[in-house]
Amino acid sequence: MVTVADTTLDGRCPTGNMASRWEQRQRDLKLVAPHNKRKSTIIVVGTGLAGGSAAASLAELGYNVLSFCIQDTPRRAHSIAAQGGINAAKNYTNDGDSVWRLFYDTVKGGEWRARESNVYRLAQLSTSIIDQCVAQGVPFAREYGGSLANRSFGGAQVSRTFYCAGQTGQQLLLGAYQAMMRQVNAGRIKLFARREMLDIVVIDGVARGIVTRDLVTGKFETFAGDAVVLCTGGYGNAYYLSTNAKTCNVTAAWRAHKRGAYFANPCYTQIHPTCIPVSGSHQSKLTLMSESLRNDGRVWVSKSKDDSRSPDQIPEDERDYYLERRYPSYGNLAPRDVSSRAAKERCDEGFGVGQSKMSVYLDFSAAIKRDGEDVIRAKYGNLFHMYERITAENPYKVPMRIYPAVHYTMGGLWVDYNLQSNLPGLYVLGEANFSDHGANRLGASALMQGLADGYFVIPYTVGDHIATRKLSPVSTSAPEFGQALSASKSRLEAILNVNGRHSAEHFHRALGKIMWDHVGMARNEKGLLKAIDMIRQLRDEFWKDVKVLGSGESFNQNLEHAGRVADFLEFSELLAYDALCRDESCGGHFREEHQTSEGECARNDDQFCYAAAWEYQGVGQESILHKEPLTFEECPLGTRSYK
Amino acid sequence: MNHTSTKALNLTLKIWRQAGPDQPGALKSYTLTDISPDMSFLEMLDVLNEQLIAKGEEPVAFDHDCREGICGTCGVMINGQAHGPDSATTTCQLHMRRFSDGDTILIEPWRARAFPIVRDLVVDRSAFDRIIQSGGYVSVNTGGAPDANAIPVPGHAQQDAMAAAACIGCGACVASCKNASAMLFVSAKVTHLADLPQGQAERSKRVLNMVATMDSEKFGNCTNTGECEAACPAGIKLSNIAQMNREYMKAVLFSCE
Ligand SMILES: Cc1cc2nc3c(=O)[nH]c(=O)nc-3n(C[C@H](O)[C@H](O)[C@H](O)COP(=O)(O)OP(=O)(O)OC[C@H]3O[C@@H](n4cnc5c(N)ncnc54)[C@H](O)[C@@H]3O)c2cc1C
Ligand code: SF4
Ligand code: FES
Repeated sequence: MVTVADTTLDGRCPTGNMASRWEQRQRDLKLVAPHNKRKSTIIVVGTGLAGGSAAASLAELGYNVLSFCIQDTPRRAHSIAAQGGINAAKNYTNDGDSVWRLFYDTVKGGEWRARESNVYRLAQLSTSIIDQCVAQGVPFAREYGGSLANRSFGGAQVSRTFYCAGQTGQQLLLGAYQAMMRQVNAGRIKLFARREMLDIVVIDGVARGIVTRDLVTGKFETFAGDAVVLCTGGYGNAYYLSTNAKTCNVTAAWRAHKRGAYFANPCYTQIHPTCIPVSGSHQSKLTLMSESLRNDGRVWVSKSKDDSRSPDQIPEDERDYYLERRYPSYGNLAPRDVSSRAAKERCDEGFGVGQSKMSVYLDFSAAIKRDGEDVIRAKYGNLFHMYERITAENPYKVPMRIYPAVHYTMGGLWVDYNLQSNLPGLYVLGEANFSDHGANRLGASALMQGLADGYFVIPYTVGDHIATRKLSPVSTSAPEFGQALSASKSRLEAILNVNGRHSAEHFHRALGKIMWDHVGMARNEKGLLKAIDMIRQLRDEFWKDVKVLGSGESFNQNLEHAGRVADFLEFSELLAYDALCRDESCGGHFREEHQTSEGECARNDDQFCYAAAWEYQGVGQESILHKEPLTFEECPLGTRSYK
Repeated sequence: MNHTSTKALNLTLKIWRQAGPDQPGALKSYTLTDISPDMSFLEMLDVLNEQLIAKGEEPVAFDHDCREGICGTCGVMINGQAHGPDSATTTCQLHMRRFSDGDTILIEPWRARAFPIVRDLVVDRSAFDRIIQSGGYVSVNTGGAPDANAIPVPGHAQQDAMAAAACIGCGACVASCKNASAMLFVSAKVTHLADLPQGQAERSKRVLNMVATMDSEKFGNCTNTGECEAACPAGIKLSNIAQMNREYMKAVLFSCE
C-alpha cells in the first residue's frame, strides 16, 4: 500500500504556554535591517485577501515586491465573492466569546485535524484584523450608536462575525487592494496583472523565482527574488461545478508540488449546504446563498417520499425540519459538512424537492411572519434579489430551493508554523495552504485566515528566511530559470499540438462529474479506486484528444483553461488517493465505511491523527506520504457533536 | 418582473470580432438554436464557443470570472446597453429568459478611448487601477491601528459609505456615457472615503489627485446625461457625482494641497 517516509514531518511550532507561543516565535525570528530590506525582492503570487494583504504589508516594510495575478486587476481576485463575514474574537457582544473560544470552535469544527499552535495564533490575530480593516475605511455594519455590529454563523454559539452587508469579501479585498495600490504608487510594488505563474524556480534546494506567461501577449517571462509567497487560492474547481470563480485553479500550487513542495490533506474539501441547485446541463458554476441566511431560514423537506405537492400545500405537521430534528442545539446553524450530508441523505432517500428532486427548502415564512418582510429585506435583500434573478422564483413568497455544492478546500501546500513550505524560501498563505482549518472550515474563517497570514504572519516570518539564510544574489540568467521556462513553454505547445476533437471544457466537465460522483460528499473504497482509474483514463484522453485553437502568442482563454485542466487532471488523482488512504471519516471527508449508527463521522484518532503531506514522484506514480503527527494539549481530542 | 420566456430560444447573435488591439474589427453573425431560458447570458456565449471550437473556429473572447455579479470582470454592450436590458444587473447575472425567441442580439465591447480593446469583447481597464493608485485609499500601514470601536461611525455615514463602496469597477458607466466619462466610478471611491472619519486627513488631496489622474487617462467630461447611473449594476448614484463635485470645489478653494 502507501509508501510512508521514515521520518515524521515537524511543523516547527514553538512550545510552552499556548497563549505566548506566537510572541515567543516573534522574539526568535531574525530581523532584516531597513537598508537590506530595500535590497531584497519578494515575489507574491496572488492578490486575494492573502496575497493583497501580504504584498501591501511587505512593501510598507520596505521590501521590493513583485505582485502577480491572473485577473486584469488585483481587485477582482476570487476573495471578492465572499458574502457572509469575517470572524474575530472581539467579544463586543459580551456573549462569552474569547480568543480561547474561537480557537476551540475552530479546532473542534476542523475535527481535530489542524495544528493547535497555528489555530491559536489565528484566533489571537483575529482582533487586529478588524482594527486594521476599520482603519483602512472598510465599511463594516454598525449599530445605531456607531459601534460595530456582529452576527452569528454556522458552527458557533456566539455572535463574532463582522460583515459589510452581503459583500464582506468585496470590502475586505478592496481594503487590501487599496493598501496595495498605495504601495504601487510609492514604487515599492510592481504590479503584473494578467500574468499566470506556471512554475517556480528552485536553485540549490531554495525557491528563487517563478516562470509566468503574459496572458495578453502570450510571452513567457522569468522573475527572480529572495522569497516566493504563493497566495493562489483553493482547488475547488477540480469538481468543475463549484462556487469558486471560473479562473480558480490548482496550477500554481501543483507546479510547486512538482518542484518538491509537499501537498497536504488534499481530500479535505468543503461542500457548502446552501447553494442554488443545478438548473440544467448548461450550468457553468454554482452560486452560493450565504450561510447567514440560516440565521432566519428553516430547512425542510416533506415527511413523505416523492411528494409532488407545492410547498404551500404541505401542512406544518407533514414537514420534516430535519436539521432541527437531528441537531436540536444548533438546529439550522449546524456546521457545513453536517448540514450538507443531511441534505444529501434526505435527497438520496427520495425526499428531495423541486423538479430534479435534488434540493431542499430554505424557508423564510416563519421569520417573515415574526419580523415582517421589511426586516428580512433589510438583512438579505440583495441575496433574495440574486436568487430571484437566477431562478425566477420569489423567495418572499415561495421557499428557496438549495442544495450543497463544492465551496472551499481545506487541503493545500504543507507549511510549517512560519507558513514556509518544506522548500526553503517558498511560503504559502490563504486558502492555498493547509494550515488552520483541519478537516472542515467554519463559516467566516477563511477571510480571517487569509488576512492573518498576509497582514500579520508573513511580515515577520519571511524576514527570518532572508536574514538567516545567506542567499547569494541570483539573476534570471541562471540555467535553472531557462530550464523551467522551456519546460512551461513546451507543455503549452504540447497542448496546442494535440489538435484532437474535444474542448478543454469537455474534459473539465467530465473530470468534475467523476469527482462529484465518487470523491464528493460521501466516499467509499470502491468508488475511490474507480475514480482513480477513470481520472487516469481521462487524462490520457485529454493528451490524445484535446482541441485548442489559436496560438500561444496571443490572448487565448482556451489555452489558459486547457493548461489548468491538464493540472487538475494530475492533481485530482492525488486528491482521490489521499481520500482512499485516509480510512476514517472526519469533517469534509466522509467515508461511508466509517460512520456512527446515526450517520455521523467516525474518526480514527489512533491511526489517523496526522496531517498527510504528499511528496511528488511523477505523474500517475504513487506519492510518498510524510506524516505530521498532531497533538492536542489545550483542546483534548473529543467528539464533535452539535446535537 | 420584466418579460420572461419559458421556452427554448432560437437567436441570431451579432458579435464584434477583433483579433488584437491593432487589428481591424468587424461584426460577425452567428445563429444559436435551442437556448434554455434558464441559462445566463455568459452560459449562452459558452454554448456558442463550444460550437465554434467544434467547427474549428476560434471562440469569442470575453471577460468573466465570478459569474455572480461581484467581481466586475464581465461586461459587454448588449443591443447598445451596457450589461444589457435589466437594471442593476451585470452581464453574468442577466438570464436568457429576458430575450424572446427569434431575437437578434448585438454584442459589442466597452468602447472608450481609455479602454483599448484587447481582443473581441475584452478591453483593458487598467486606467481604473491608476486612478485608485493616485489616491483611492487611507494611508495607514499595517500594525498601528487603534481598537476598531475607538472610531465610532454613525449609522447613516456607514450606510452611505457602504453604498458607494459597492462599486465593482466594471466600467459600464464609462461605456454607457457618450463622453466616456469616469465620473461615476471616481465619485464612488471619493465619497466612500469622504463619508468616513478614517478618510478625513486625505480628503482634499484624494479628490484632487484622483480627478487629475482621471483627466490624464483620457476619460471624457461629465455632461450630466445620467446614462452611467442607469447602467451601473452596483447602484452608484448621480448624487455621488454631485457630492464629488462639492468635494472637489472645496478642495480647490480651501485646501492647501
Ligand atoms: C462564494 C463564496 C463565498 C465565500 N464567503 C466567505 C465568507 O463569508 N467568509 C469567509 O471567511 N470565507 C468565505 N469564502 C471563502 C474565501 O472567500 C476564500 O477562501 C478566500 O477569499 C481565499 O482567499 P485567497 O487570498 O487565499 O485566494 P483568492 O482570493 O482565491 O486569490 C487567489 C489569487 O491568486 C491568483 N492566482 C491563482 N493562480 C495563479 C497563477 N497560477 N498565477 C498567478 N496568479 C494566480 C488569482 O489571480 C488571485 O489573485 C467564500 C468563498 C466563496 C467561493
Ligand atoms: S460606478 Fe457602477 S458602472 Fe461604474 S465601475 Fe462602478 S459599478 Fe461599474
Ligand atoms: S463575472 Fe464577476 S461580475 Fe460578472
